[in-house]
Amino acid sequence: MEATLTPAAHVDLIEDTLRVRLSGDWRLEADRPEASDVARPLTGGAAARRIDFDATGLTDWDSSLLTFLDEIDRLAESAALEVDATGLPDGVRKLRALARAVPPREAEPPEKRPPAIDRLGARVQRAGGRFGDALTFLGEATLAFGRLLKGGGQFRRADLLELTQAAGASALGIVALVSFLLGLILAFVGAQQLEQFGATIYVADLVGVAMARDMAALMTAIVMAGRSGAAYAAQLGIMQTNQEVDALTTMGIRSADYLVLPRILALVAMMPFLVLFSIFLGILGGALAAVGLMDLSWTEYWIQTSGAVSVPDVAGGVFKGATYAALVALTGCYQGMRAERSSRGVGDAATSAVVTGIVAIIAACGLFQIVFDILGL
Amino acid sequence: MTYGNGGGDAHVVVKDVTMAYGSNVLMRDLTFEIGRGDIFFIIGGSGSGKSTMLRHMLGLKAAAKGEIRIGGELVTADPEEMRGMLRRFGVLYQSGALWSALTLRENVSVPLEKFTALDADEIARLASLKLALVGLAGFEDYYPSEISGGMQKRAGLARAMALDPEILFVDEPSAGLDPLSSRRLDELILELRDSLGATVVIVSHELPSIFGIGTNCVFLDAETKTMIATGNPAYLRDHSEHPTVRRFLNRGDYQE
Repeated sequence: MEATLTPAAHVDLIEDTLRVRLSGDWRLEADRPEASDVARPLTGGAAARRIDFDATGLTDWDSSLLTFLDEIDRLAESAALEVDATGLPDGVRKLRALARAVPPREAEPPEKRPPAIDRLGARVQRAGGRFGDALTFLGEATLAFGRLLKGGGQFRRADLLELTQAAGASALGIVALVSFLLGLILAFVGAQQLEQFGATIYVADLVGVAMARDMAALMTAIVMAGRSGAAYAAQLGIMQTNQEVDALTTMGIRSADYLVLPRILALVAMMPFLVLFSIFLGILGGALAAVGLMDLSWTEYWIQTSGAVSVPDVAGGVFKGATYAALVALTGCYQGMRAERSSRGVGDAATSAVVTGIVAIIAACGLFQIVFDILGL
Repeated sequence: MTYGNGGGDAHVVVKDVTMAYGSNVLMRDLTFEIGRGDIFFIIGGSGSGKSTMLRHMLGLKAAAKGEIRIGGELVTADPEEMRGMLRRFGVLYQSGALWSALTLRENVSVPLEKFTALDADEIARLASLKLALVGLAGFEDYYPSEISGGMQKRAGLARAMALDPEILFVDEPSAGLDPLSSRRLDELILELRDSLGATVVIVSHELPSIFGIGTNCVFLDAETKTMIATGNPAYLRDHSEHPTVRRFLNRGDYQE
């Protein structure tokens, strides 16, 4: 490789012309002269009227020279000087012509920040629009369910089975782990308090009732929001981006029937089993803690639990779980179907699916407490 | 026989290459050279392995047999070893492949930020310049989703040209473009080649592009699983001994 020559630019004033003499290798990696330094004579009030170039000493160049010339152009314009580019290499002149072939698009003037009341109004309108949008989606899903009941299900059975497997069997591991540990923790925390009254045996009641009525459904739903809700949003978001959803629509297939409904059905159908499984493992975790740490026997614990936990408790838990599952599936599908068509849009959809899913679960849980209390269950 | 810089002004030397997916051979016995400053087309019917050839040249896939040298250096499928070479490559993907979360200016700036020590100001100026070169002055702050497909492709070209590459690879430049935008893109590639002196390698089966700007080409034939012609496309159209090549380049209007 030949030695590189330092890029340089010198300015001479010849009568009314500023001649810029360029020399050396103008490469991005090199330390290059600043246009403003070179053009100092311009601002010094010299009696120049034009600028031209002498590039005979120029050995090599890349984009760095173009940005330099761009700066010179700008400075020349502000000093009302004429720029004569004939002295530049052919390639440079071609590129300059190319860069100017399309006039720059006028930047839109920055919008003035509207007054606070306007912004509030716009936010309320947007929120209202989103709410209406969500209601429409819920309506579409409900109609799809109605059509299914009338025997007009449009989805493929294989899809439903696959989704069922993903929402059911494949989730057993994580649900087992979370539930078992939850039961263990509940027993541990409960035992510390109950020991003060010599009522350690009631740990079994605490764990059993808590798991059956609420905790199993709640924890399983949160796990499923992170697992299935996010997956639904990402799947549908990508399908939306790839125009796969459009392909269904133009074929006369309703996306609510074909994509959304099987996901809701799969999750709602599997959730009761997952909740039962979770209750069982929670109680097992509690028993392990009780037997291991508190001198209770397996039999004692079992008898105490079966006395405390009633069938309505378990049924209530399963019912809550199924409701949460519907919420998770709906929010996941909704976010996916409404995702913006970009990688960021799909990412946002998955995030909102999990966040709104969990918020919906917690809100529903609170509502259930009140309703169940009123009903005396 | 020596290869590399000794081979005259060959920029890319493909020697005895076999491309395969597992045991499924796609193309074998590929040997051709791409001259410095050429606009070289890799042509062939659908499924003949044109794009795969490109992936081999970029080191995205290893050749089952044979070797590819670019500027005398051996292309390998090891990204670590390829890093120095890739810095001198520009690639324009089929759909532009702009990063959707970044504005056009940011898209063009990424390679400049990663590979040069320029300050933020200069990078911004360079990015604007590159966008102006492809006719997108004033679109710096737009996101890819806010501009048309043709503009996305031109922005992709601006990004590919960010580091003044010695060699520009283009995958299907006309795909998804109307004839006018497609022609404008061809002319742009030609202008940039002329003024910057880069070598351009294009995968395409778009005849107007091939005859419009191509100086050299290789024809991959899916049936015989090898290259059956190389040379100037317009010459091959009228003088190739191979009926397949003549038929392809004449849009089927050729009788033996």
